[in-house]
Amino acid sequence: MYIYDEMDQAIVDQRVKQFRGQVARRLNGELTEEEFRPLRLMNGLYLQLHAYMLRVAVPYGVLSSTQMRKLAHIARRYDKGYGHFTTRQNIQFNWPKLEDTPDILAELSDVQMHAIQTSGNCIRNVTADQYAGVAADEIEDPRIYSEIIRQWSTLHPEFSFLPRKFKFAVTGAPHDRAALRVHDVGLRLYENEAGEIGFEVMVGGGQGRTPMLAKTIRPFLARRDLLSYVEAIMRVYNRFGRRDNKYKARIKILVHEIGAEEFTRLVEEEWEHLRGGELDLPLAEVQRMRRFFRPPGYEDLDDPVTWYELKKAENVNFSRWAAANVAAHKQPGYAIANISLKPIGGVPGDATAEQMDAVADLADRYSVGEIRVTHEQNLVLPHLKKADLFDLWRALEAIDLATPNVGFVTDIIACPGLDYCALATARSIPVAQRLSERFADIERQRDIGPLRIKISGCINACGHHHVGHIGILGLEKRGEESYQVTLGGRADENAAIGKIVGPAFTADGIVDAVETVIDTYLDLREEGEEFIDTLERTGHDPFKERLYGAR
Amino acid sequence: MMQIVTANRLRDGLVVYLSADGGWSDRIGDAVEAADEVAARELMETANRSEIECRIVGPYLVKVENAADGPAPVEHREAVRVSGPTVQTSLNRGAHGGHQRRHV
Repeated sequence: MYIYDEMDQAIVDQRVKQFRGQVARRLNGELTEEEFRPLRLMNGLYLQLHAYMLRVAVPYGVLSSTQMRKLAHIARRYDKGYGHFTTRQNIQFNWPKLEDTPDILAELSDVQMHAIQTSGNCIRNVTADQYAGVAADEIEDPRIYSEIIRQWSTLHPEFSFLPRKFKFAVTGAPHDRAALRVHDVGLRLYENEAGEIGFEVMVGGGQGRTPMLAKTIRPFLARRDLLSYVEAIMRVYNRFGRRDNKYKARIKILVHEIGAEEFTRLVEEEWEHLRGGELDLPLAEVQRMRRFFRPPGYEDLDDPVTWYELKKAENVNFSRWAAANVAAHKQPGYAIANISLKPIGGVPGDATAEQMDAVADLADRYSVGEIRVTHEQNLVLPHLKKADLFDLWRALEAIDLATPNVGFVTDIIACPGLDYCALATARSIPVAQRLSERFADIERQRDIGPLRIKISGCINACGHHHVGHIGILGLEKRGEESYQVTLGGRADENAAIGKIVGPAFTADGIVDAVETVIDTYLDLREEGEEFIDTLERTGHDPFKERLYGAR
Repeated sequence: MMQIVTANRLRDGLVVYLSADGGWSDRIGDAVEAADEVAARELMETANRSEIECRIVGPYLVKVENAADGPAPVEHREAVRVSGPTVQTSLNRGAHGGHQRRHV
């Protein structure tokens, strides 16, 4: 993991001190709410429906066990005993008191964490593939470049007042687990035909009320040019991005309005002034950064692992968990395990302080003390010996964290919705819970196969409904919650924006509607097809007919 | 329609309602009601003074109906603010609220 140097620590400590003074001045009336609001937002502190909410950055989803224990401590001491992992690999606390937040930030600083740039019109937390550094299909570790971008973008004076918020995602594998195409900038590391590793640069993706997929503006960018090129992108956006209308201020609107070709021309023109200068990334710096993300000392192990195979054969529940939640590791004899934060009927992404502490202990025992947060609101232990998986699974079962549903219909992304969020128009979590209960039978889930349901409680789309195979958008119609269904979205390397299937459903009708969609797929699917394959083969018509035919 | 004033308390952000004595209560049952626009404006003047005094943040008027156990917001969003999150019963403020809407 990256370890703060003196400069990092000084920046964070100085910010805590500043914020402590700002909170004191707010409480004694020296600052009005209007004056204080931008200051608290710069430190991740929102005022939501019921209380303040503190969003803490988890850079590119990487957490140490020490950091996880600190999050558990904060949940217990300053909140109501739980936290909520988000679609941007962050964690949110729903009930902090304003007067406690400087102490919370000081405690976070003790473990090299902060809430800087988790809100506001600036470059937000950089997200990455949750399997970074360990994925069997990885070409290059995206954490190295994510950390470089984090350092470059932290308190960057030129980019602290952008037209709107700005989100980077980075991957280093052909399979996109970080939803690159729906980010302001997506960076995909790959090896070109000449055998050189560099980035495909995608710009102008996003969800919200105007969903768009990012366009590739440079098919190959050498790694040393990373910072000069992204700085050129930011300069073009900062200069030409709209500031007159917040709904048209994201970079996706700029790219759309002037066209990807013209946008690219402007970036390339700006880049000519910047490339080869002080933002040039020398190999030595990349190597220095790479050392922070060196693999732990893996043992030379045989693979397959007899004990693991034997236990799977003996225990059907373990076998189900291994099939759904365990992913291929690049090192023979090792595995990656997903910890589902989607227990049947639970709140997607929530973890109690006790669960956080237990995961930290398990990470220490089995995963070199390292944990990842996924944008799908689950956790990952990245460095596991296959021979330890059975014991790990039993320990997870004991803390209700062994739900074997990763990638299945009950592994639902849901934003906090109207249960917590001041912007929401409808509730998301109860819909996720009822769907989870309807499809609780694990054999039914396995039969349905991979299926991504994503639920947002308003048009801002924090629940990624636009890229759900089945997307659900909660709206308010004449004082009642209603739910619009989109089909065919996907967030992987074949990213697509889902299309609205028809009129919205009532709160009472939405779960039945989703079941109708799934039953239609089961009736239509051909050998070897997953939900998305069938949908793409048949189109929406058979689904529409089953949903609305009788109307 | 009757109106009451709600806000979030500055120190902890919790939902509060303006009461008859000019204070702020976390129980909607304590809220003072305005029967017309003149009375509503007067309540907002009191609330705005409270904001200047750093007691609360962002006061606004909420339309309510009179239920058997006190004022009940008409809008769904405000009903959720009364009860707390509808998804984790341990966090609900239902005992304080007295108004429960049908949940999904």
